[in-house]
Amino acid sequence: MSADAASSPVHLEDEYLDEQSRLEKLLGPEWARLLKGIVTNPLSVAGLIILSCFVLVALFAPILAPPINANWNTTLIPRDGFIAQPKPPGTPWERNKPETIPFWYGITGHDDWVHLFGTTSGQYDIFYGVVWGTRTALFVGSLVVTSSAIIGILIGATAGFYGGWVDEALMRLVEIFIAFPFLVAALILASILVPIFGRSIWPASIALIAFGWTGYARLLRGDILSTKERDYVQAAQASGARDIHLITRHILPNAIYPTLVVLSLDMGAIVLSFAALSFLGIGVQEGYADWGQIVSFARSWILTLDQNWYIIVFPGLALLLYGMGWNLVGDALRDILDPKMRGR
Amino acid sequence: MTAYIIRRLMVLPIILIGVTLLIFAMLQVLGPVERSALYVRDIPHSESALDAIIKRYGLDDPFYKQYWSWLVGRTDPETGKTIGGVLRGDLGYSRTGREPVIDTLKRRIPMTMELAIWSMFPIVFIGIWLGIKAALNHNRWPDQLARVVAILGYSFPTFVFGLLVLLIFYAKLGWFPPGRLSTEFSQEVLKPGFVNYTKMISFDSLLNLRFDIFLDSLRHLILPVITLSYLSWALLLKVTRSSMLEALRQDYVTTARAKGLSEKVVVNRHVRKNALIPVATIAGATVAGLLNGVVITETIFNLPGIGSAAAAAALSLDVLTMLGFALFTAALFILVNLMVDIMYGVLDPRVRLE
Repeated sequence: MSADAASSPVHLEDEYLDEQSRLEKLLGPEWARLLKGIVTNPLSVAGLIILSCFVLVALFAPILAPPINANWNTTLIPRDGFIAQPKPPGTPWERNKPETIPFWYGITGHDDWVHLFGTTSGQYDIFYGVVWGTRTALFVGSLVVTSSAIIGILIGATAGFYGGWVDEALMRLVEIFIAFPFLVAALILASILVPIFGRSIWPASIALIAFGWTGYARLLRGDILSTKERDYVQAAQASGARDIHLITRHILPNAIYPTLVVLSLDMGAIVLSFAALSFLGIGVQEGYADWGQIVSFARSWILTLDQNWYIIVFPGLALLLYGMGWNLVGDALRDILDPKMRGR
Repeated sequence: MTAYIIRRLMVLPIILIGVTLLIFAMLQVLGPVERSALYVRDIPHSESALDAIIKRYGLDDPFYKQYWSWLVGRTDPETGKTIGGVLRGDLGYSRTGREPVIDTLKRRIPMTMELAIWSMFPIVFIGIWLGIKAALNHNRWPDQLARVVAILGYSFPTFVFGLLVLLIFYAKLGWFPPGRLSTEFSQEVLKPGFVNYTKMISFDSLLNLRFDIFLDSLRHLILPVITLSYLSWALLLKVTRSSMLEALRQDYVTTARAKGLSEKVVVNRHVRKNALIPVATIAGATVAGLLNGVVITETIFNLPGIGSAAAAAALSLDVLTMLGFALFTAALFILVNLMVDIMYGVLDPRVRLE
């Protein structure tokens, strides 16, 4: 072992400490620890890599699967005819194919458009659906999770902060909503909303929000109940801080961390629920670029699934990886934030 | 303990009223004309016939009046008889089932129950067993395996999993077919010699001593049971693991080890008992998982339970059947949660003193 190697750990540690304190100065100690944990934990790194791939696919969707012409509504999958029999991957694309061939197409070994992932019954191109379905998943996931988190945080914060009969009433309300199994409730509300909103992403999204906020409300209420008894909150209250200032400046920033875990887990879970509703035929119309909707075509081909495997395998893999990405990040976040796991 | 149970029971009516109000409110999203369609079996040929239906069922009454007549029924102005009334067991007429909703539920519940009962075995054994193994081998391979199982279980959409196992074990290998029974046996169970004690074929065939039918029904149950329950294995595995890890860190475990008890005795007598208390609390979540799962599982495997009825009803906007299903699942779920709360109070004395 050389002298160089012996001295370098010390040197490295100094630099590391510097880096850490700079980060801490910028974000505060808790956020710095969170960020550091997420990029050093191998599981969450794997999750982050998976998720960045999805974001890239969503961003570059027009290059990966160009719409068939400039005026094409990109949420609709182009169809190559109307035949019921699905076609396997590699079948040449006859009708309605994209006008341009992207620069990367050479690596597939074809000079002209083929159905890379095959087609469903009704000749919807599965590759296009999987690529553009990424945008649907990210959009629906963010929309539903943000909306239910906002509703849940407002209700949970109110209940936890004011306590007494407000708390009692709001928590009974929550108990009524959670008396229904989540997917069952969402299924029913979504199907009632279909005649009102038409077949689109809205019925299922609204139904998932309507029954999805309760988890956040319960979690935040509990955290606030314990945070508001802390000395610094009492001190701020005694020095005459107003309610809104107390909640937003002193209580919420310290009670919000467990909510982050649920938030990241939900980003995956909600998309899986949305896909399940699509699969059951509630929500988006046939041919919408949505993973669950593509899989639902497989229902007519149960007896010959071994020949028509591509209908479930490609969109199914997308769903599995998407769910796994968020679960890996969420699990890692939980470990980082769990005080019992600190220093382990 | 009695005070604790009474306190829990006192909240129950509030929740039940709230649940019926919520279900009714969902129904109100539809306008009077759309709701009148729910009561019509023959398409009316004139607008006045439609108005008559709206009037007969009071569909344009104020909200509280409609809620009350939905709940306890109302007197038909023409015949003087009481019509409707959820509390009287009249959940309306199921368009998809072509019979009263209550009959659809009654006929289809045994199938769903059979599926749920069989699912309990892998959930409890695989979930808890793997969770305990994982915690005892913290950070070694059984633990890593358990983590992978849990993360995969959480991330796999039920419908994709169900179709994949059908692809492999039915379409490719031909081992486990969908449906409830093979064709040669499906006629057998309808013959007068076969007594339907429970209406659950796997149990009935045992009671009738028809082991060939029993084995055939198991062959049809294996894939749906796995599809329905793997999410709950993951849940139980996770909770058992973390609760075991928690218990292993307690001072009394160190004490037990320090006084020279063998590791086996420490785990069996001191750790496992305390670690399984929190596990009992997720029984409610497990039941919810099963109720969510039956909708998808029964649809994929073509099983005649209440889940596939609800899915079919949702597809053709048969609102009354769906609401009947909602009412049933909510009632069941509330009951299970009440039992869990009481059981938790029995197991952990700290809870009832709160």
